[in-house]
Amino acid sequence: MTEARMPLWEVFIRSRNGLSHKHVGSLHAADAEMALQAARDVYTRRGEGLSIWVVPSNAITASDPSEKEMLFEPTASKIYRHPTFYEIPDEVGHM
Amino acid sequence: MPTTSITLSETPLVGTVLRRADDALVLGHRLSEWCGHAPMLEEDIALANVALDLIGQARTLYAYAGEIEGSGHDEDALAFLRDSRQYRNLLLVEQPNGDFAETIVRQFLYAAFADPYWRAMTASTDPRLAEIAAKAEKESAYHLRHAAEWLIRLGDGTQESHHRAAGALEALWIYTGELFEVDAMERAVVETGAAVDPASLRATWDATVDAVLGEATLTRPAGLGVQTGGRSGRHTEHLGHLLAEMQSLPRTYPGATW
Amino acid sequence: MYTQALNARDAVAQPLSAEETAKSAAFQARVDDEQRIEPNDWMPEAYRRTLVRQISQHAHSEIVGMLPEGNWITRAPSLKRKAALLAKVQDEGGHGLYLYAAAETLGVSREEVVDQLLSGKAKYSSIFNYPTLTWADIGAIGWLVDGAAIMNQIPLCRCSYGPYARAMIRICKEESFHQRQGYEIMLTLSAGTAEQKALAQDALNRWWWPCLMMFGPPDGESQHSDASTRWKIKRFSNDQLRQKFVDATVPQAHFLGLTPPDPELAFDEASGHWRFGEIDWEEFRQVLAGNGPCNRDRLRVRRKAHADGAWVREAALAFAEKRRARKADAEKQAA
Repeated sequence: MTEARMPLWEVFIRSRNGLSHKHVGSLHAADAEMALQAARDVYTRRGEGLSIWVVPSNAITASDPSEKEMLFEPTASKIYRHPTFYEIPDEVGHM
Repeated sequence: MPTTSITLSETPLVGTVLRRADDALVLGHRLSEWCGHAPMLEEDIALANVALDLIGQARTLYAYAGEIEGSGHDEDALAFLRDSRQYRNLLLVEQPNGDFAETIVRQFLYAAFADPYWRAMTASTDPRLAEIAAKAEKESAYHLRHAAEWLIRLGDGTQESHHRAAGALEALWIYTGELFEVDAMERAVVETGAAVDPASLRATWDATVDAVLGEATLTRPAGLGVQTGGRSGRHTEHLGHLLAEMQSLPRTYPGATW
Repeated sequence: MYTQALNARDAVAQPLSAEETAKSAAFQARVDDEQRIEPNDWMPEAYRRTLVRQISQHAHSEIVGMLPEGNWITRAPSLKRKAALLAKVQDEGGHGLYLYAAAETLGVSREEVVDQLLSGKAKYSSIFNYPTLTWADIGAIGWLVDGAAIMNQIPLCRCSYGPYARAMIRICKEESFHQRQGYEIMLTLSAGTAEQKALAQDALNRWWWPCLMMFGPPDGESQHSDASTRWKIKRFSNDQLRQKFVDATVPQAHFLGLTPPDPELAFDEASGHWRFGEIDWEEFRQVLAGNGPCNRDRLRVRRKAHADGAWVREAALAFAEKRRARKADAEKQAA
């Protein structure tokens, strides 16, 4: 008999370099407190983190890969959103 | 390194530091026995973290004890070339792992003491001990939280886990009195301000134990346990086996470095 | 270590529908373009099956691999070695955990794959069915077994399946100290007393051939590798990796003043490779079939740990449920 499943959690860690929390992996725990401690023990063994988030995996809503084109391709043509689109004479200096 | 046991010129300060070092090493060793065998993978990793912290504490404490003892004994000489009558750890920490409940109860009863101990030791007049305490305090705070959370989970989990946790508490309680013991040797160090009087931590320990046992729906046994002797090298039968295993290589190969 | 799962042969593939054939072609085009495949992407069933088997067996190898080295944690001969070994074995547990999580992205639960290990249905790397008899074995495992593992694992960091590749990147980063830890033990023993040097040579004698077997059967016999290669799960053949390992390791053995136990070992100037003798594939087959020195012990220990922990996991779940109910009650009261 397969025993009752221990819920799965996703772990996000903010590292020392001041960037935002980043997904680092997942783990199993019965509740949030246990998940937080396990995340500390499993994912910060080498001083990787300053802050941890744990989120039940089933609480994440993901975009559908088959809608990838609809969702993400339209932005590709909007090149005017990028600084290199605009021409500024060198004499103006860094801008 | 010879294979026979070393003899130490044990000043009160050396003795006091060795007691803490031995506590940390013996408990760290016990926890390391779980590696690969814990109830779940996440907990296997957590127990190893605690064990690594404790072994680290033992190493800095041994190194310091060796320095102040002044006969050139390094951390390994102190750990591997003293026999059980020379070990100074609490009886509590040498008790076998038993089931997970016994390990957690042992860990909780010790951490509820070690945490306020190291916090108070950060004010030691001995700068090296204060420095060691500053690191140990953060580690022991986490050890206490980890053990307390598990004890609550087991006590208030299923009937079986409650029963096991209650049994472990009953079995290990007999060693709790020793936590607060202070003899003439240690009192001399306490008077210099280099060490904290363990007896002074009793109220803090009581409060922690009462709060956590309450949450865990476990009944606190009456009074304090009466079995002592570890501080003067009179141990339970378990320590001899632990040391025989731990010390086997340095004792078998005289003069070898590893 | 641990691509032995890719040598297993699958059942005969079912014929594909026209739609699946088109999807399959698009999938292969993405793989060929070195794009990563992610959990929710469409993938051929055989790809999913191969990955579940490969990743979970890799995870089992890490977990069972904790046992032979764990055998010496309580007997490590110095406090420094004790801490390093415990940290290393703990890392292996962590690596098993990352890999189980990667397998779970493919729709299997950890409980299911662990059950497969405990029931003997799933395999793990053959190497962990050998015993650690002396302290020198801890050096030899770090140096040789982890050395072989690195050869295998670095290419997996570029595996086509995103979660597996990411887990491997983390694992390779963390494992960088493992092989050095082992080699340093071998260095110390080799430079030590005559007895210690003899321990080191004896360990090399016992671990050398099983390490060469870790890479799996010769290329000609491992039909399954074809699909794995096409899917960019496996990027080098068994024999390529084995040769790479021998070329890297023989000079390291000589530096230690030790001799690999192979009278036919010789440097071939023309090719720049070390040529080695015949591997005893019958021994390999016996170990895979469950008849290695430690197969039974390893599984028995894993089963016992799992069974002994059942009441703990149950208690954690029961308590979490109580905690949740109490919180809900408190919120209702407050409302």
